[in-house]
Amino acid sequence: MPALIEVHDVHKVYRTGDVEVHALRGVSLSVEPGEFIAIMGSSGSGKSTLMNLLGCLDRPTDGSYRLAGQEVAYMSRDELAEIRNEVLGFVFQSFNLLARTSALENVELPLVYRGVGSRERERRAMKALEQVGLGDRIDHTPAQLSGGQQQRVAIARAIVGEPKVILADEPTGNLDSKTSIEVMALFQDLGRAGITIVVVTHEPDIAEFASRVVVVRDGLILSDHRQDPKKAA
Amino acid sequence: MGLLVTILVALRAVLRNKMRSFLTTLGIIIGVAAVIAMMAIGAGAKAQVEAAFAAMGTNLLILMPGSTTSGGSFGGFGSMPTLTWDDLTAIRNDVPTVKAAAPQLRSNQSIVSEELNWTTGVVGTSPEYFDIRSWPMGQGQAWTQADVDAGSKVVILGATVVERLFGKNTNPVGQTVRIGKTPFSVVAVAAKKGQSPNGQDYDDTAFIPFTTFAQRIQGGLGKFLSGTVFIQATAPNTTNRAMEDVKALLRDRHHIAQGADDDFSIRNLSEIAGAQQQGTETMTTLLASVAMVSLIVGGIGIMNIMLVSVTERTREIGLRMAIGAKPRTVLVQFLVEALVLSIAGGLMGVALGVGAATWIAGKFHWPMQIQVDVITVSVAFSALVGLVFGIYPAWRASRLDPIDALRYE
Repeated sequence: MPALIEVHDVHKVYRTGDVEVHALRGVSLSVEPGEFIAIMGSSGSGKSTLMNLLGCLDRPTDGSYRLAGQEVAYMSRDELAEIRNEVLGFVFQSFNLLARTSALENVELPLVYRGVGSRERERRAMKALEQVGLGDRIDHTPAQLSGGQQQRVAIARAIVGEPKVILADEPTGNLDSKTSIEVMALFQDLGRAGITIVVVTHEPDIAEFASRVVVVRDGLILSDHRQDPKKAA
Repeated sequence: MGLLVTILVALRAVLRNKMRSFLTTLGIIIGVAAVIAMMAIGAGAKAQVEAAFAAMGTNLLILMPGSTTSGGSFGGFGSMPTLTWDDLTAIRNDVPTVKAAAPQLRSNQSIVSEELNWTTGVVGTSPEYFDIRSWPMGQGQAWTQADVDAGSKVVILGATVVERLFGKNTNPVGQTVRIGKTPFSVVAVAAKKGQSPNGQDYDDTAFIPFTTFAQRIQGGLGKFLSGTVFIQATAPNTTNRAMEDVKALLRDRHHIAQGADDDFSIRNLSEIAGAQQQGTETMTTLLASVAMVSLIVGGIGIMNIMLVSVTERTREIGLRMAIGAKPRTVLVQFLVEALVLSIAGGLMGVALGVGAATWIAGKFHWPMQIQVDVITVSVAFSALVGLVFGIYPAWRASRLDPIDALRYE
């Protein structure tokens, strides 16, 4: 059985004016279903670029990326949008919830773009919110929720479409340590449920909760090791 | 994503910022309201002019004696009796484009009922007159050719005169009034006609046979017709022809040499009406164009706010793209938002315009006509404005790179 994520010798070159920046210089990575990976690295290491490529938000300059059996490296913008909608879920550092919009409607959003009917949307969004422990906050707008609650709404939005992979970019960056641990516990739960989790972080404390840590430096993978994850809850 | 969902998403976005949305659409609201109000009042004025001229009579020519220069000095129309009764007969019988002709002798006389008196313009004429001026009787029967031949002392009163002499809502048919010293029997009341284009009350008048008029008021029926002649052409398109024909006939009958001035003048009422209407139309078009400019300015306002909105919501756009919105979907969303704004503005403008027109019309007693096609066109035009000025911001939104958009601060 092929791996869920298969990145092979991926290069990414940015061109700003006359200067070429080699953000990735041949990265290969293979991730099995249900793994919980932390990608670490300092700023400028290329971890964000790798994250964007894994999230199908960007295309590599060279190399191959197979996601769930499909070669996605050279797909069109529209095809990538569909892949993001169906296979991936995103969690961001700053939550990126729609302001003045209820938690339920925020969570429904990916299903809106998938063309799911309103009743089914609502049912699945309710389920996702209950899964993250916010079943009693569905009518609250982001302004009425704490940071941790907002991030949990964002996680509910990421899982509502039943993705294979969740990509989290510094998901605890705006949270205090106690809330951070709660969020990581939620990710561990989702991992046990079979969803692959990829977390980008620069905090070693957070990486401890992952089962595998990949360190990126100067556009290359410096180390890649499996570990016993620390239990968050 | 279905269109309905897109519209709902757009509506929600518009309603999220009610005050700003309202101010954005204000340009459109004012533009549409101005167009609607202008057109409603313009159409009303046009209809009023039309009605007023129709009230004067259709395909009407007015023949007046006298010429502009009489013996070197300006005499004014109607100052010299140059028309004869035989001229009238000739016009009636010899010009094929003339359907009917009637004399109008006029003099201000005091009419006295049992208790009251009222000075009004008494007109001596023939029965054709009421056809020519499309003026039916409200009560009673008009006097006939037989009364003209006999010189009967019968009178048709105008509605205003009835009101002054007998009071409102009365029927004076059968009563007797005196004009000067002569008693006249009231045979009919002419239907109410209202005001002439220059504000004169049509109903402040009384009609008697011209023979009676000549005898009792002018002191005998002579050779000359000391008044004007109302001529009706056979059809609207023969009016000018009839004018030329009558002119030729009279020049011949009056032995006017080639190159010499007419000793009469003819006015074509449809021409005057046309000129007046053209004036109204020009004014309406002018005002409507100004309103159109306001609509375009409103469109620029929408574009401005949509551009601000796209910039402000860059992260939202990035998020929507990250979770599966295609560039086209984003384009449609922002386009629909611009459309929702402009159409809502258009509809509010319609309401405001209709309200304003009604208010102005009521306040100044102006006529107005709300035209459904004007409303349709204005709303369609505001939608078009939204589309044209919304496409660029929407395109900008759809071209955003999700990575940059998500990172935008």
